[in-house]
Amino acid sequence: MATLDINRVRKSYGSMEVLKEVNISIEDGEFLVLLGPSGCGKSTLLNIIAGLEDITGGDVLIGNRVVNDLPPKDRDIAMVFQSYALYPTMTVRQNIEFGMKIRGISAEERAKATKAAAEMLQMTGLLDRKPSQLSGGQRQRVAMGRAIVRHPELFLFDEPLSNLDAKLRVDMRTEIKRLHQRLGATIVYVTHDQIEAMTLATKVAVMKDGIVQHFGTPQEVYDRPANTYVARFVGSPAMNILRGRLVASDGPVTVAFETSDGEALVSGVPLSPESAARFRDREVLVGIRPEHFTMDTAGAVPLTVDMVEPTGPDTLVVFSAGGADVVARLDPLAISVGTKARFGVKAEKIVLFDPETETRLD
Amino acid sequence: MATKSLARQRAMGQTFIYGVLALLALYYLTPLWVMITTSLKPLDEIYGGSFIGLPQTVTFEAWSKAWSGACIGTECTGLKPYFINSILMVVPAVLLSTGLGALNGYVLTKWRFRGANLVFGMMLFGCFLPYQAVILPMAQVLGKLGLSGTIPGLILVHTLYGICFTSLFFRNYFITIPDELTKAAQIDGAGFFRIFFSIMLPAALPIIVVSCIWQFTQVWNDFLFGVSFTSGSDSPITVALNNIVNVTTGRKQYNVDMASAMIAAIPTLLVYVTAGRYFVRGLTAGAVKG
Repeated sequence: MATLDINRVRKSYGSMEVLKEVNISIEDGEFLVLLGPSGCGKSTLLNIIAGLEDITGGDVLIGNRVVNDLPPKDRDIAMVFQSYALYPTMTVRQNIEFGMKIRGISAEERAKATKAAAEMLQMTGLLDRKPSQLSGGQRQRVAMGRAIVRHPELFLFDEPLSNLDAKLRVDMRTEIKRLHQRLGATIVYVTHDQIEAMTLATKVAVMKDGIVQHFGTPQEVYDRPANTYVARFVGSPAMNILRGRLVASDGPVTVAFETSDGEALVSGVPLSPESAARFRDREVLVGIRPEHFTMDTAGAVPLTVDMVEPTGPDTLVVFSAGGADVVARLDPLAISVGTKARFGVKAEKIVLFDPETETRLD
Repeated sequence: MATKSLARQRAMGQTFIYGVLALLALYYLTPLWVMITTSLKPLDEIYGGSFIGLPQTVTFEAWSKAWSGACIGTECTGLKPYFINSILMVVPAVLLSTGLGALNGYVLTKWRFRGANLVFGMMLFGCFLPYQAVILPMAQVLGKLGLSGTIPGLILVHTLYGICFTSLFFRNYFITIPDELTKAAQIDGAGFFRIFFSIMLPAALPIIVVSCIWQFTQVWNDFLFGVSFTSGSDSPITVALNNIVNVTTGRKQYNVDMASAMIAAIPTLLVYVTAGRYFVRGLTAGAVKG
């Protein structure tokens, strides 16, 4: 197992820059998720780590060894692909043993490793089948088995769950997490699904347009997103971002924003004295997660309910503020459309953003 | 009442369609019928006026004469040596052009390089190049290589000409195989040829069959290159057949002509009968693959 360092990595195809100075470092045994929409460069970055794409600039280090010019087979990695990429004419056993065969591992050892992997992934009965005779979930297992027998320093997963149906995806997610815990492996995992990122990662890199927008633990990314893009991308429903105003104050500040039913004044929002001084009486973007609204008849936010969406464990209440829809996630409650009410807000959870750069204010 | 007449109409329509189909099938089969029956008749019976009917006396004399006794020019060896010539030409030509086409298709789809599409376009261009256009330059090249008038020369010509088609087949087939497969193999440590032989070729069985059938038919049936680049005892069977049929003294031996033509056609027929279903499967394989 190994550390992974990505230092100032750039990649361009002709004049098109796909990655612009990416810096990421993870420790031995960490689970890094590269999260972003399609076209953000996350798969390109993974391919660069794997050695399947050339690097335009910067360095990739696996276990403190620069691997820029090493071919994939010498990087001590294993990769699981979105389409599983099982060799169609080989049986499951041959698929798993193919890499070992090339590395000249004896038949005896190959059989042992294959057996161990098959037991770990509960697919002992599938070893003599062809990939075409397997279901999606089984193929996924085989692909993971092929990776496991390599005992690599680094596992790479390229959107491994996106071809599975919803139920299976959740099961396999758990399985991958279990695998990570059991092997203690260092993993890089690409996905566009923020739930996968939150549930699996020890570190998340949210990417957009070839730039890492935020790199941190899932909780940091969720609680203190680096900018409004990250705030909107992570979390479902997304973070509400409202146009508001910083009302003069020292220490925890007060912000004000308009709702359909008047002005909401929320005190106790954390902000550094420097930022507070800089944005005093100026416009800011107020970021509030849906679950940070509270039922409080004396709360700071006056509103008229536009829509109610019960989900079971909670109820989503939609109202309008500053011309935008705001979603509040509350305990199940009976409230009807058109009701005028007041909600409270957990001020200490509010995140403020610079309206021009859209980056978070500390 | 109404449904009854509808059913009757449908039955009549069906009868009509099948009737037309049967007629057309008969029409297409007539030449084969004439060839087979004529080849089994003694010459006198043919000249006696029965051309279409069944033979009154069945004899394989014409077949044996066509195979080993008919005169081509001054040599009365029958088709046998030329049949062997054609085999000696067609087997290497088919294997070489299919193998090189597979390699081309593999490189053009899985190891793409700058200008790969241009190269592919130029190869496609080769498919549309008429045979006649290359005869003179090809003759010069063969002369320079010292291969004029030889079977290896013909193998070279057919291989070169076939590569355009086989590359097209394999390129279009391999493009349906996900690139991730090659990437996975690279990570497993497989190199260029290992991936080709262990992963791509086994997966390409249907298109290999298509390519072989196509090339076999093309090369076996070719007359123009054969007549242009070989002569005498080095000719392929198509040229020999022409010589048997067109060069005769005395009465035209229709039965021997027909038997010769059948002998020349049998290998391609056999190939289609034995591998035909793979041919259809291979041609549609790309469409079915997910």
